[in-house]
Amino acid sequence: MSHRPLNLEESASYNRNVIEYIHLAAERGVYDIRGLGAKRQLPSLDDLVFLTASASRYPLEGYREKCETKTVLGHHRAERPIELEIPITIAGMSFGSLSANTKEAIGRAATEMGTSTTTGDGGMTPEERESSKTLVYQCLPSRYGFNPEDVLKADAIEIVLGQGAKPGGGGMLLGQKISPRVAGMRTLPEGIDQRSACRHPDWTGPDDLAIKIEELREITDWQIPIYVKLGATRVKDDVKLAVKAGADVVVMDGMQGGTAATQQVFIEHSGIPTLPAIRLAREALEEMRVSEQVQLIVSGGIRTGADVAKALALGADAVAIGPGVLMALGCNSSHWADHGEMVDATAEYAQLGVQPGYCHHCQSGLCPVGITTQDEQLEKRLDPTWGARRLKNYLQVMNMELTTLARACGKSNVHHLEPEDLVALTVEAAAMAKVPLAGTDWIPGERGHG
Amino acid sequence: MASVGEEIILDLQKQSLRDVNRSLHENSPGLAGHSIQILHPAGHHSVAAGVNVAAHIEVQGHVGYYAAGMNRQAKITIDGNAGCGLAENMMSGQVRVKGNASTCAGATAQGGLLIIEGNAASRCGISLKGADIVVGGSVGHMSGFMAQAGRLVVCGDAGHGLGDSLYEAVIYVRGELHGLGADAEQQDMTDEDVAQLERLLAAAEFSHKPQDFKRIGSARTLYHWNPDADLEY
Repeated sequence: MSHRPLNLEESASYNRNVIEYIHLAAERGVYDIRGLGAKRQLPSLDDLVFLTASASRYPLEGYREKCETKTVLGHHRAERPIELEIPITIAGMSFGSLSANTKEAIGRAATEMGTSTTTGDGGMTPEERESSKTLVYQCLPSRYGFNPEDVLKADAIEIVLGQGAKPGGGGMLLGQKISPRVAGMRTLPEGIDQRSACRHPDWTGPDDLAIKIEELREITDWQIPIYVKLGATRVKDDVKLAVKAGADVVVMDGMQGGTAATQQVFIEHSGIPTLPAIRLAREALEEMRVSEQVQLIVSGGIRTGADVAKALALGADAVAIGPGVLMALGCNSSHWADHGEMVDATAEYAQLGVQPGYCHHCQSGLCPVGITTQDEQLEKRLDPTWGARRLKNYLQVMNMELTTLARACGKSNVHHLEPEDLVALTVEAAAMAKVPLAGTDWIPGERGHG
Repeated sequence: MASVGEEIILDLQKQSLRDVNRSLHENSPGLAGHSIQILHPAGHHSVAAGVNVAAHIEVQGHVGYYAAGMNRQAKITIDGNAGCGLAENMMSGQVRVKGNASTCAGATAQGGLLIIEGNAASRCGISLKGADIVVGGSVGHMSGFMAQAGRLVVCGDAGHGLGDSLYEAVIYVRGELHGLGADAEQQDMTDEDVAQLERLLAAAEFSHKPQDFKRIGSARTLYHWNPDADLEY
């Protein structure tokens, strides 16, 4: 019997990833839950470039001339608005999904750089309040760990309606991360899988949201700003409803936003990318003529100073970063630092079925570098001092990259960056961001442009 | 703020809500032990929200959303009906409504006692986190949804979907059950249940017999998303 020649033509529709998905679904009968964000290729800020100065524009000297980065949020109604040194803030990430050491490191780095950090589902820990000069307290549907003592300690309150990784979905903190401390803060038994509801318990629509915002203002005596965080879906409608309800700051989280744990189907198949979400959110504010009163924070796939600069040029007043923070602390690194000595963690990655650089197992609680864990031994792998120094460096680099690009565009203030400074490298990005395709004056979908 | 002897009068016809609430917050240390009357609430939202003092506050009329929200220590009586989110996230103290309460009464409340002399609408005690609620009349659908800790006592009937996705909170119903939610089940009353009910009914000043109530608790089948996965997810 003669052998047929080996045929390894892979199906585009049923490639190895899809086949593996079907095999696992057939074997387990449940869908996949994982952390991080969308892994597929999406239109992104990488598809834009700056038209920096030349003969037609006058640049600022990169190392000598000042470029302002100060950012003020929520000044319209609050007696104590948020004043930041840089427009790069830390997004909400829960104690529970992250270790206490991680939260402390984040707070210390943010404070050193003069920016804000944000709590998450599960409440405010004393460590993060103490280490964070400016702390935004999230009000989530679960209200785990939400209480008036901490409301009055907060510098702003962020009402979370959704997040970019899973708009319309609730949360899930799996039992292996429910330590006695996490369980106590959430008033739930240890070790059970904790579901976070997808809807708030005491209001049901935007008209109710307005009354909820007013209640929080009354409780805080109108001292601090109220943010509303949205996952990017029907961006214009949602931003307008949030503003009408009284938001001082709208936080728009695009599809590339991270999560500690949710269904894979959510991460890859819901919401819209950050690129169009920024432009739509800014248009909504302009159409309501509230650009001077309401600030826009954008998150979801903001990784570099270039991303920050492009987000600001498209209309963000500030950005929020999440997964990048964790990576600065060592997420997906092959080693962790033990008193200055680097210790190899590849064996622990292998136990999770991955290698450094590919890990998304935040949901497991078995983080090889001690970041997304509540395990007493694993969490010791992140030294808050070491982590804070690395995160401060990362924030510093992003801010330097931001001001480098702004100066090259001739701007003495990063908030002066504008869409006119950008062109797109792809037709899709040009249509989504409404900036011209590079080398043309064509903006797909714009009147007169076909 | 006008004072009549030990009694303090706050009039929402003469003062803004912001001024009334701010005076309750800023003057907290000096208000302990005082009686405070809030007049002409006229359905205002967030009346007496964020109070943190052991004072007795009487609201003379109907209130809108979030009355007594996040209450700490205060004993607040509302002589009227209350809108959505009454005593939401209460931490301690006591809130009594002499009329009916709208949806989500006592939502996420962590401590203290909420007494509703009339009926409560849907989602009463939603995400309850440790407080006790006693309802003199009936409660609407999905009451006790995802309730984590504490007790909900219903002297009348309970609407459908009662106790859906219940955690460790316990619900007692004297009247008719119109249907339990996912993972909620009727369980045997224990001596401890009877003792707790006696205490709560006495505190609410209701004269029903604890033995006439049914106990609803969690069957705990939803505590693990997939118990067969052996932590692989």
